[in-house]
Order: sequence, then structure tokens, then C-alpha cells
Amino acid sequence: MSASVLETPAWPSTYGEEAKPRMGFFTDTTVCIGCKACEVACKEWNNVPDDSQGFTGESYDNSGALGANRWRHVAFIEQRKSLGVTEAAPDSLVQEAALQGLVSDSGIDTREEAGIRWLMSSDVCKHCTHAACLDVCPTGALFRTEFGTVVVQEDVCNGCGYCVVACPFGVLDQRKGDGRVWKCTLCYDRLKDDLEPACAKACPTDSIQFGELAELHERAGRRVDALQAAGHADAHLYGADPDDGVGGFGAFFLLLDDPEVYGLPPDPVATTRDLPEIWRATAVAAVALGAGILATFAGAGRR
Amino acid sequence: MTHAGKGRGGGGEMLMVPKDEPRSYYGRPVIKSPVWKPEIPWYLFLGGLTGASAMLAWAADVTGNRRLGRNAGLICLAAGTGSPVLLITDLGVPARFYNMLRVFKVTSPMNVGSWILMATGSTAAIATAHEVLGLFDRLGRGARGLSALFGLPLATYTAALLSNTAVPVWHEARRELPYVFAGSAGASAGAAAAIFTPPSDAGPARRLAVLGVFVELGSTQIMEQRLGELAQPYKDGPAGRYAKLAKGFSAAGAALIAARGGRRGAAVAGGAMVLAGSVFERWAIFKAGFQSADDPRYTVGPQRARIEASDRHV
Repeated sequence: MSASVLETPAWPSTYGEEAKPRMGFFTDTTVCIGCKACEVACKEWNNVPDDSQGFTGESYDNSGALGANRWRHVAFIEQRKSLGVTEAAPDSLVQEAALQGLVSDSGIDTREEAGIRWLMSSDVCKHCTHAACLDVCPTGALFRTEFGTVVVQEDVCNGCGYCVVACPFGVLDQRKGDGRVWKCTLCYDRLKDDLEPACAKACPTDSIQFGELAELHERAGRRVDALQAAGHADAHLYGADPDDGVGGFGAFFLLLDDPEVYGLPPDPVATTRDLPEIWRATAVAAVALGAGILATFAGAGRR
Repeated sequence: MTHAGKGRGGGGEMLMVPKDEPRSYYGRPVIKSPVWKPEIPWYLFLGGLTGASAMLAWAADVTGNRRLGRNAGLICLAAGTGSPVLLITDLGVPARFYNMLRVFKVTSPMNVGSWILMATGSTAAIATAHEVLGLFDRLGRGARGLSALFGLPLATYTAALLSNTAVPVWHEARRELPYVFAGSAGASAGAAAAIFTPPSDAGPARRLAVLGVFVELGSTQIMEQRLGELAQPYKDGPAGRYAKLAKGFSAAGAALIAARGGRRGAAVAGGAMVLAGSVFERWAIFKAGFQSADDPRYTVGPQRARIEASDRHV
């Protein structure tokens, strides 16, 4: 993939000599073990406040979603899926267990691989090529770094909340009691010191891979080929296509099911792509309003 | 399959939410709910009133209707003073409101709107100071026209502000929402001026109230039709209730003004109803945004339909 494909509206052009290679994440969900080390490392390094939600009942996920106080979030999806053990998918796990002789006299064998598939995925800010949050930010608090990433300047943000509704992934949110908006910085401070982000550093299986985006794309392409050759026909990249609605992600994923299953939008679009059309309609409506008001004076003679 | 989709750039096709319940992660929303508080729908109303009143005041001045011009100018100034107060209190860090003006960004309707609001409000203040106190000689005479010029986009930019988001019922209504807001703004400006102005001078204001309601309700209807199944949030829950109130109050108020607006009492009652209708309309649209953001089917459904219509695999 050529470097030009990875260009964003502000990077590298506005940085000139100071531009660094565009850095990003490749999250290979097939090797995620759901340890949540990334969530913890992110919180520790970035001093992100506690936001315990208690027990959600949603598998092992008790943190729910990304937000102002959660910049990495591990999703847990349990799917009833025959993994080639039986011909037909049974109606229930118990039935499948019985079919496979897993129910013994001494009790129920709880081997999880029997009829259930785990999908685990560590979600993060996508650091979009066309970042709607950055476009709509009225103060310039959100900016594109020399690494091509998207960062909120906490000393500028006035908590207007526009980016919160502009993000097609629901990444940004306002922090209660603080009023400002917070999100993943791709560890901007660590990058400046040539360190990898805390989550990638902590990931024990290299599910989270950090590096130059162009190189990550190549590596991810090889990984998908290998998985498909091994029979995982569903393996596909999410966010690696520069022609998608956000121009490709700076942090992209290898998934085994539809994005929405992981809580991700299947066809995200940066809202500002439609901004010319929006401004045009707004301008025409303003002119129409002016014409309408003038028209009400057409009969001014009779008042 | 019945997964009819919307072609990119397609004209009048309906957006469809697929018949099958879209898949999701434990039914959790994909996008975040707005963090905007009740100040925002009230501002949508007041900002529209400010902008349309600025134009009404100028047009009345130019045609020699001094009493109507002065009243519309005062309404413009009052609403234009209240608007920034609402916007600032809604901020997470109100003390940093001035950061809105540290840049000028056309990709941010909120930023552009902050400049437009400031320009409309300050020129309206100068114009009124000129009329009432005789201040600002030459500047004062031109200020009314300038405030009308800024006022028109002030009345409609809030539609761009809402449309330029990932919230399905706002973004997909981007072609109609500016007309809903323009109509609502015109209706409220006409109604407010008709309340405070003697009927003999308020003819244009009454006509504006009726025309505004007609445009507001008509474009709301077109918007809901074009949204197809995505219009559901405008019909359900609090948004649906506000929408019903908006239609009822606006239509009844406009009818009263049209039929009996020549009498002061009827003009005041009808004007108040049109104003209420305009407030409810903004609340309906505001609440529908929350309802569509909170349900993943409105986010995932149209996107999945789009993919299936284009034969891409994701």
C-alpha cells in the first residue's frame, strides 16, 4: 500500500519536515484471549478515572463500551456455533453436549469448545483518516498529530459535545464532573519518546500490534490470507480500506464476524463527507426564508 | 429479500431499515447519545426567533412600518441576548466559551454558528441602540440591514449543526431539516411580532406566522416521508408526543391568526400557540435524535442495507 493512500487532510502536509510516519494499531481479534490487560494498562498510564459498572450479565464484559473513562474496551461475544464436531447445529448447548457424550454420570463436562465460539476484541479509537470529530470541533481542541493520529487538547476543549455525536463509532464522550471530552490519544506522550502505546505494550498475545500503518496493512493482509487458507473463510479486515466512509482507520481490525456483532458500525461514514450538501441546503433555506419574509410585505399597502 | 437500500446520491428513494432485526452487541448503541441538555432545543427555538426577527425588522423598516420594525428589532435583541446564555450554560466548561472564537472552521457548523450568532446579536444591539437612544450614527443605520443578513443563516444553520452528526434521524434528514427550521423560525418571528404589535401594523407578521407554519409542517411531512422507516423515532416516545403537540399548536395557532388575526386578543392567543408549536417542533427533533442514537437498529440497519444494495462485502 502506497504512502499516499494513508494521507489525511492535515497529515503529513501541514507538518512538512516534522511529519513522522503515520502510526496505528492492527488489532488481530483472533488471538485476543480477553485478559483485559490493555484496558488496565491504558487506565494506569493515562490516569483514566475508575468507571465501574458492576455486573452487566454480558459474558465477561463488565465495562460495556468505550467512553470518556474507557479508551480500550474488550468485547466478549459467545456464539453457539458448531465447530465441525456435529453435522447439524443442535437446539441447545445441553443437547449438543448430550450428543457428543459430554454429559457423564458424574456431571456435565464444561469444556467450552463444545459448540460455543468465543469472539473477543479489544476496541479503541479508530484515528480515522477523515475524522468527523476533528472536523466538527468548534474550538480546534481536536487536532491531527505529526504521527497522523487524532488527539483532544484537554486545555482547549470546552465540552461542547459536538464530537460526541459526530463520531460514527461512539468513541468520544464527556467526562462527568469534568465537562471535557476524552478519548484514546494513541499514547501521544509515549510516541513522542519512541515508546509503543501502553495497551500494545501490555498485550500478552500481540493481538494489539502497534507500528507504522503501511507496514501493519501488509502484515494484516498476510494474516488474513493465512487464516483463510486455514479454513477461516469469515476472517476479514475492518477499517483497512481507504475507500470506506472514513478513508480507512488508523487503528484497524481483523474480525471473524460482521462488525455489528462486535458493536462496530458496518459502514461508518464521516458525517462531514455530506457537509457540502448540508451547507447548500442550509443556504438555500436561508434565502428562501428571506424571500418569504419579504413576500409577506407584498400587501403592505393594505397592512 | 426486501432489503431495499438507498443508492448513494439517490434522489427520492426511501431509506430502509432491513426487516430482519439488525445484529448488535448485546443491544448496545453503536454511537453515543448526545450530551446536550435542554438548553439546546430552547436555543434552536430562540436562535431561529432571533434570526427571522432580524430580517422581519429590517423589512418592516424599509417599507416604512416603524412600529412593527421596532418591535421585531426588540424581539430580535431579546432572543439574541438569551441565545448565547443558553449555549454557554450547556457547555461542559462554560468558562471556556470564548474558545469557540479562537478559530474559524467551515467544517464545524457550531463554530460558524457562533460567529453568525455573535454578528447578528451585536448588529441588532447597535441597530436598537441607534433607534432607541440615537447612538451610532452611520453605523446604526446600516446595522439593521447587516443583522438581517446574518440573521437568515442564523435561523437555518442549526439544521446544519444537527445534520452534520452521525445521529441517523438528523443526518439522513439533512435535505429537509433546514426548511423545517426556516419555517419554524419564520412562524415564531411572525407570531412574536403579532403578539406585541397592534393589528393595524401587524399584517406582515401575521402573514409570516401563517406562511411559516405552513412551511414548517409541510417540510416536516416531507422529511418523515423521505426518512421512511427511519422516521419511526419521530413518532415514538417523547419525540412523538412533542411532534403531535407541535402539529396541533402550530396548525391551530395559524388558523386562529388567519381567521381572526385582525383582533388583538385572537392575535395574541394565536401567536402564543404558534410560538408553543415552534418550541415543541424543536423538542421533537431534539428528542428523536436521542431515540435514534440509543437504538442500534437505526445505526446498523441502514448501513447494512447500504452494503447489501452495493454488493460490497464487509
